[in-house]
Amino acid sequence: MGKIVLNSVRKSFGEVDVIPGVDLTIENGEFVVFVGPSGCGKSTLLRLIAGLEDTTSGAIVIDGSDATALPPAKRGLAMVFQSYALYPHMTVRKNIMFPLKMAGMDLAEATKRADAAASVLNLTNYMERKPGQLSGGQRQRVAIGRAIVREPAAFLFDEPLSNLDAALRVNMRQEITELHQSLKTTMIYVTHDQVEAMTMADKIVVLNAGRIEQVGSPMELYNHPKNTFVAGFIGSPKMNLIEGPEAAKHGATTIGIRPEHLEVVSEGGWSGVVGLSEHLGSDTFLKVTTDAVGTINVRAGGEVMLRHGDRVNLAPQANKIHRFGADGKALA
Amino acid sequence: MATQSSRATARLMVAPSVIVLFIWMIVPLALTLWFAFRIYRLLSPDRNGWAGFSNFLWYFNSPDFWLAISNTLVLVGGVLAITIVFGVLIALLIDQPVWGQGPLRILVISPFFVMPPVAASVWENLFMHPQNGLLAAGAIGLGMQPILFLEQYPMSSVIFIVSWEWLPFATLIFLTALQSLSSEQLEAAEMDGASALSRFRYIVMPHMTRAITVVVLIQTIFLLGIFGEIFTTTQGGPGSASTTLPYMIYKQAVIAKDIGRAAAGGIIAVILANIVAFFLMRSMGKHLDT
Ligand SMILES: Nc1ncnc2c1ncn2[C@@H]1O[C@H](COP(=O)(O)OP(=O)(O)OP(=O)(O)O)[C@@H](O)[C@H]1O
Ligand SMILES: [Mg+2]
Repeated sequence: MGKIVLNSVRKSFGEVDVIPGVDLTIENGEFVVFVGPSGCGKSTLLRLIAGLEDTTSGAIVIDGSDATALPPAKRGLAMVFQSYALYPHMTVRKNIMFPLKMAGMDLAEATKRADAAASVLNLTNYMERKPGQLSGGQRQRVAIGRAIVREPAAFLFDEPLSNLDAALRVNMRQEITELHQSLKTTMIYVTHDQVEAMTMADKIVVLNAGRIEQVGSPMELYNHPKNTFVAGFIGSPKMNLIEGPEAAKHGATTIGIRPEHLEVVSEGGWSGVVGLSEHLGSDTFLKVTTDAVGTINVRAGGEVMLRHGDRVNLAPQANKIHRFGADGKALA
Repeated sequence: MATQSSRATARLMVAPSVIVLFIWMIVPLALTLWFAFRIYRLLSPDRNGWAGFSNFLWYFNSPDFWLAISNTLVLVGGVLAITIVFGVLIALLIDQPVWGQGPLRILVISPFFVMPPVAASVWENLFMHPQNGLLAAGAIGLGMQPILFLEQYPMSSVIFIVSWEWLPFATLIFLTALQSLSSEQLEAAEMDGASALSRFRYIVMPHMTRAITVVVLIQTIFLLGIFGEIFTTTQGGPGSASTTLPYMIYKQAVIAKDIGRAAAGGIIAVILANIVAFFLMRSMGKHLDT
């Protein structure tokens, strides 16, 4: 079981309200991702749930019982830290068995569980090594192993992949997703990488300055961003947000159009000059300075062979235009 | 320094300093060795001729010698035990975020800046003195007899004074070690269900072993030669109760004016230091490797 409910949880460090008040329900077995720009309070929120920070006010309810005042060890949660936080003087085996030893489990049972975790995580051959003798990816797996042996109610991950190189990150991302599918345990995952958020999450929580901007499935957030912040944050390359007369034509203060929803047409639309073109093979990313709407990003097919200085006409797909009011909120 | 050539270069680069240090060390040692086998008494005219091993034998036959050896080892061991236990505890304490942390730390460190004879003098006259001392005043205030520290417990008193001087050093090293412990490791242990005591035992202490090794090795070197504190307070007495090897050598050199014997004592001290160093390195040296 691992249902976590936050009731107007607030956290302030001295004068500063880092989390002004958050309400959130995380269902049992869900993979929830917290995303947001740097400094928005993702780690703080996670640490509040873990019990590593005291809640200023509000309540954290885990599986129906109030856990706000419980120490971390009593909450039945396991955390994987960004720096892995392995114990450097212990072997991999001892690291993985440490929580079991602290729980007073007998050695035979603990060894059995550690071996099982090691075989799931492909660590069997490294059990007698120290963390210093492992690669980044292997250390990450040890940290996960140390978390899963306890069979926690939920896993908390704080940017676990940010120290890994791009290829390994994709790999570990898939491993963690698979782990979630086989364990079916609640996982809360903090990242500022929105590709991780989009690919892994059942539910994404977009945070901005300690506030929840929107909660929803990845596709919900992509298709129906509630406001300009979410619209600009989810999706890569970023959505183009256009103000002025073009927006007024659609009866909005701001309109948003994703780079992949702009088409290169022979005439009509917005005319402009290509500033930058990046050919990735499968896609071509263009930065176009238009006369009507300023500089916008375009994601065109790989076959588009435009270069710097070429003139193009761009047309947005009419049904993919997002409209936002003066307060930044989406218009129905 | 991983490759063959970089190692060779490194050796070449450090060679000059190694050579200078070696000469710096070997010349006095050779002179001491020379005098140790000579008859060289400042108070008598026969100052030449070989003494054979008689200078050394004098020590082994002297009833004070074994006492001095054991006093030396007791002093080193006692001070090490006190400074390490209390050093770790004080370091843990002043590592906590408290109001006035900066000045507090400076206060804790300050005994280290007091010169040994001054420190010993302060303790002897202001604290341990049976008439004027603060401790005596306290004892009298409680209706008890003042304790004659330097007469009845000379070794313990000397150990206490030396520990007071060296505690800041140990505390400082332990404090820096504590500060280099990542807080995430402690938090991870907390999440893993470790109590404060378990965190200390399984996370903090293993992290500190290297610092403790450094403190033991450095302090041992200095403590084997402790002299000023004894000279200022007990003068090796009562009788020979607090005479250590360095103090015994001093008595031969300065009081008896027998340079040959003093040199032989010096050689014995060097051998003793090497024996101690050998056992220390064997038992603790592995903690210095990464
Ligand atoms: N112990 C603290 N004392 C005071 N302010 C803090 C403390 N910890 C965090 N903050 C502040 O709280 C805010 C949120 O920090 P937090 O670490 O949660 O950000 P984050 O979203 O995890 O950012 P990042 O993506 O860079 O990790 C920041 O503005 C930070 O300066
Ligand atoms: Mg963070």
